[in-house]
Amino acid sequence: MTAPLLELSGIDKQFAGVSALRDVRLRLFPGEIHALMGQNGAGKSTLIKVLTGVLESSRGDMRLGSKAIRPRSPLDAQKLGISTVYQEVNLCPNLSVAENVFAGRYPRCGALQGFRIDWAEVHRRARELLARIGLEIDVAQRLGSCSVAVQQLVAIARALGVESKVLILDEPTSSLDEDEVQKLFAVLRRLRSEGMAILFITHFLNQVYAVSDRITVLRNGQWVGEWQAADLGPQALISAMLGREFAATTGTAAPMAAAAADADTPVFLQTEGLAQAGRLHPIDLSLRAGEVLGLAGLLGAGRTELARLLFGLEAPDRGTLSIDGKNVRLANPADAVEHGLALCPEERKTDGIVGELSVRENIALALQARRGVRRCMSQAEQTALAEKFVKALGIKCTDVDMPIGLLSGGNQQKAMIARWLATNPRLLILDEPTRGIDVAAKQEIMDEILRLAQAGMAVLFISSEMSEVVRVSNRIAVLRDRRKVGELPGGSSEAAVYELIAAEHEHV
Amino acid sequence: MSAVVSPTVEARQPVATPAVMKIQPKYLPLTATISLFVLMATLGSVFYTGFFAPQVFLNLFIDNAFLIICAVGMTFVILAGGIDLSVGSVIALTTMVSASLVQRHGWSPFAVLPLVLAMGTAFGALQGFLIERFRLQPFIVTLAGMFMARGLCYLISIDSIDITNPVYSAISQARIPVWAFGEETASISIGALIAIAVLLAAIFIAHCTPFGRAVYAVGGSEHSAMLMGLPVRGTVIGVYTLSGLCSALAGVVFTFYMLSGYGLHAVGLELDAIAAVVIGGTLLTGGVGYVFGTLFGVLMLGIIQTLISFDGTLSSWWTRIVVGALLFVFCLLQRVFAARSAKPS
Amino acid sequence: MSKLMKHRLAWPVITLLVLLSVNAAFNPGFLHIEWRGGHLYGSLIDILNRAAPLMLVSLGMTLVIATRGIDISVGAVVAIAAALAAWMIGGALVVVDGVATHVTRFPMPLALIAAVAVAALCGLWNGMLVARVGMQPIIATLILMVAGRGIAQLITNGQIITIYYGPYFFLGSGYLLGLPFSLFIVAAVFIALYLAITRSALGLFIQSVGINPEASRVAGIKARAIIVGVYAFCGACAGLAGLLISSNVKSADGNNAGQLIELDAILAVTLGGTLLTGGKFSLVGSMIGALIIQTLTYAIYSLGVPPEVNLVVKAVVVFAVMLMQSAEFRDSIRALVQKPARGEVRA
Repeated sequence: MTAPLLELSGIDKQFAGVSALRDVRLRLFPGEIHALMGQNGAGKSTLIKVLTGVLESSRGDMRLGSKAIRPRSPLDAQKLGISTVYQEVNLCPNLSVAENVFAGRYPRCGALQGFRIDWAEVHRRARELLARIGLEIDVAQRLGSCSVAVQQLVAIARALGVESKVLILDEPTSSLDEDEVQKLFAVLRRLRSEGMAILFITHFLNQVYAVSDRITVLRNGQWVGEWQAADLGPQALISAMLGREFAATTGTAAPMAAAAADADTPVFLQTEGLAQAGRLHPIDLSLRAGEVLGLAGLLGAGRTELARLLFGLEAPDRGTLSIDGKNVRLANPADAVEHGLALCPEERKTDGIVGELSVRENIALALQARRGVRRCMSQAEQTALAEKFVKALGIKCTDVDMPIGLLSGGNQQKAMIARWLATNPRLLILDEPTRGIDVAAKQEIMDEILRLAQAGMAVLFISSEMSEVVRVSNRIAVLRDRRKVGELPGGSSEAAVYELIAAEHEHV
Repeated sequence: MSAVVSPTVEARQPVATPAVMKIQPKYLPLTATISLFVLMATLGSVFYTGFFAPQVFLNLFIDNAFLIICAVGMTFVILAGGIDLSVGSVIALTTMVSASLVQRHGWSPFAVLPLVLAMGTAFGALQGFLIERFRLQPFIVTLAGMFMARGLCYLISIDSIDITNPVYSAISQARIPVWAFGEETASISIGALIAIAVLLAAIFIAHCTPFGRAVYAVGGSEHSAMLMGLPVRGTVIGVYTLSGLCSALAGVVFTFYMLSGYGLHAVGLELDAIAAVVIGGTLLTGGVGYVFGTLFGVLMLGIIQTLISFDGTLSSWWTRIVVGALLFVFCLLQRVFAARSAKPS
Repeated sequence: MSKLMKHRLAWPVITLLVLLSVNAAFNPGFLHIEWRGGHLYGSLIDILNRAAPLMLVSLGMTLVIATRGIDISVGAVVAIAAALAAWMIGGALVVVDGVATHVTRFPMPLALIAAVAVAALCGLWNGMLVARVGMQPIIATLILMVAGRGIAQLITNGQIITIYYGPYFFLGSGYLLGLPFSLFIVAAVFIALYLAITRSALGLFIQSVGINPEASRVAGIKARAIIVGVYAFCGACAGLAGLLISSNVKSADGNNAGQLIELDAILAVTLGGTLLTGGKFSLVGSMIGALIIQTLTYAIYSLGVPPEVNLVVKAVVVFAVMLMQSAEFRDSIRALVQKPARGEVRA
């Protein structure tokens, strides 16, 4: 058995007293593709940052071959032969493809031992490296004018250029379509056959099994186990990630959804052929009052794009949106709020919380925005409102005047939901509302939402946790590759949803 | 051997903006600036007699030599995503220190010149260090630097100090003939030659040295540059140091031009420099632009001034309005281009 | 005591008190106020009067900075407003019934309204460029800063217009109830603004837009309207300041009026505790900041130091304030003072 190329043991990492990684270990062998799996918050990103020198571990050993290493900066890691391709690519879009491959290590020419960049050589060698991974493009073009898939391949070419022995790919397939994913996998397989050790982080189960040799699972910052991919079935993998048994079918469990809205309940919102160029194909959707419509799909299916269109954050190019039977045009979120819509966005940090403002102000914000500038809520009113929701949703904060930025992620998320519930919306769109929240809190939130649905509020529920979607929805609309592929009744099994997504899918 | 990238991938690339003749899209802003300059030169030649003379063109360089040098330094700072408001004041300080040392303390010009250059460079390096090390905003740091430099000017002398030193006078009056065709002769000053040399050196640095390319990378995405292992810290400090050096050199040329040291020299010059850089096609957000464009930005400012003085009827403050309008048009175009290229393919 | 020190206004107030003490120490009659010529008279009154235009501009600048923007065109707007008012008022000596009186080209109230309205329009222009076109605030306002002085010169025809009209001088140099009239103008604007900010949701919205513009938009706040509004208000404040300045010096100089006032205003706002990165702001802090700057100028003047040294002192103050506001700097100081803990996160 060959020795591992890269070995981590006993890795600890703390942020301000909170443990992000605890006694984590990892082994990478040359010539393998190794998947690193775990839920959100399991510690994958932190581990990667330690590997690439962005962070330093508080404790632990890292060995490359027989040498102990301790990369202190991305440049260190690069020199050691560890390269990373990030989810957002993290190259410079304003520079050319060739430049991005050779930035920082340009071949030189000219007098005085070469102080001039040899551009001809840069272009030639860039073309060579790209050819090694099967990419033939104009290396002088701006990187920004290439698709994400191509940019990722350029990043891999850069890694090859520095003669990396370890290649780390952090969620590389999130923005790729199926063809591009296959091309990426072909490249990875070729690199594997050349002896490279590849660490591959993803949350797409089918991709893990398509391409990995071994799997390491992290949970809550701790190492759970390392398996050969062939030895670990999907159910066992998910159990390891979640830390509990995973029931294969949940269709048998009594659906917790609210009583399904019958045909007499008026349709609150309807879209016909609603589309946005490059983001969403034409979609037909309808929602009745008191109905919970689940939106299921894999990452990149277009669920958030649809939510943004419905809420006026983006403008559709085609199709109509009607509320209460009347066509409306939503130019901005303020319009949507006026019509009784509410959106609790996916990206809490950028689109949700206003960090330095207090919990009370954050919760009251949307309601105040709807009331307008003049009808101001007094501090007492804001406090009363905030405290009502703190109690209802179990938000843990010392008092409502503390800055919301100090709350934990889960509590911030609850505050966001509180903000929108406070506007008494007729349709509440929830985009990944339970991300980063512990199981008990998830239950509280889902219960509250079902209560409101029973009182007549329509809910559009987007979540990556398929079990939640099937359990709570009256109906499930299934999206794939930015179009709707079908609808299923509530209480369907997860398998049924995945089947619908997988249909016509040659590469499952 | 795997296949070439599939057609679907190619098709995802956005349609390039309609090429003008055979010009690549990335050269479009530069082409626009140069075309506008040529247009103005043509209009001037048509409407005003004596405009179409080589000396008029060379005067653009002679009268704006210091601005060319200063704006070149500013280009690097803006390319890296920063801004330097202290350049005008550093020029003034350079003139004041030079005048004071030469006139009042009898120093030799050949000792003064290296000293003021070193001083400007150190000033720039200090600003760069503060900006990079403590993550301070460049706007405020260089604003304070501007106050500081001008204040130091006044500490040396409130009134202007005229320079009567023969070396300075000789350099100031020297004219190198460039063009002799029949009756028409044209010559260029030493300051203008220095400006052209600085320009060529800057173009070389920007395109053929790792430092120059790192400037573009940092301006494009500082975070990515860091993750790629590029020397971000050195680059940021470096651009401000370079700007300080250019300001000091511009100050030297200014001293030759004005033959005096005065605290009120070059007031507002930083705005002219920024305007020249923007009109020259460099994005204020960083990462995009050409040093060559800055030259035309300066020439544009110069030719507006020349046109107005040739006209004789327009008051000189129209320059400000026209420059403002030009700035508006170019910034608007930059926004339009940015918005269009941000659209998903 | 420590709770008092932690108050946002603690450092600005302390700085002001220190400056006043320095002044009093070097200038025996500094704190002396007496009734002379029908009004209060003294160095303190003088400082308040001279600080009035800066206080106005700082109020407008505070809101702009709170939305994460900046307005470097206020100096040019001051010049435009002053020029317009001066031109519209002009003032010529005319003999009516044997009595020499001044008459104006246009009625003074019209001139005042026009000047402030044009200034507000300038601010509106800036706001549209930032909010609708999406330009960076510094470049958007740079355009008006460059062109604005040209426009002011256009109005004054390149001359310095001298104003010959008594009632106009009242704005900048008159006294009401013993106090300078300019103070009443400042007080009126401050009170109106304070009420608007605290009695309506405007304060909340401005802070929200400054801290996280995207989240504010998602929450249903009309972020664009707010941004356009604060720039327009800033322009109007600059217009008022222009009236005060030109009234005080009885003339309008298109080139020099309001020179460097934008930098002073930004400095005043920063000294008052508002961060340049936007968010929470303090109107009172900015007023104190303006007073600090004016007292500083006065101190330098009364110390017999050439007024240009002002600039160096301002620079040092700016550096000090900036460094104190920088988290990295405070960390460095802390690291020097304490032993660093093991394995702390690197920047």
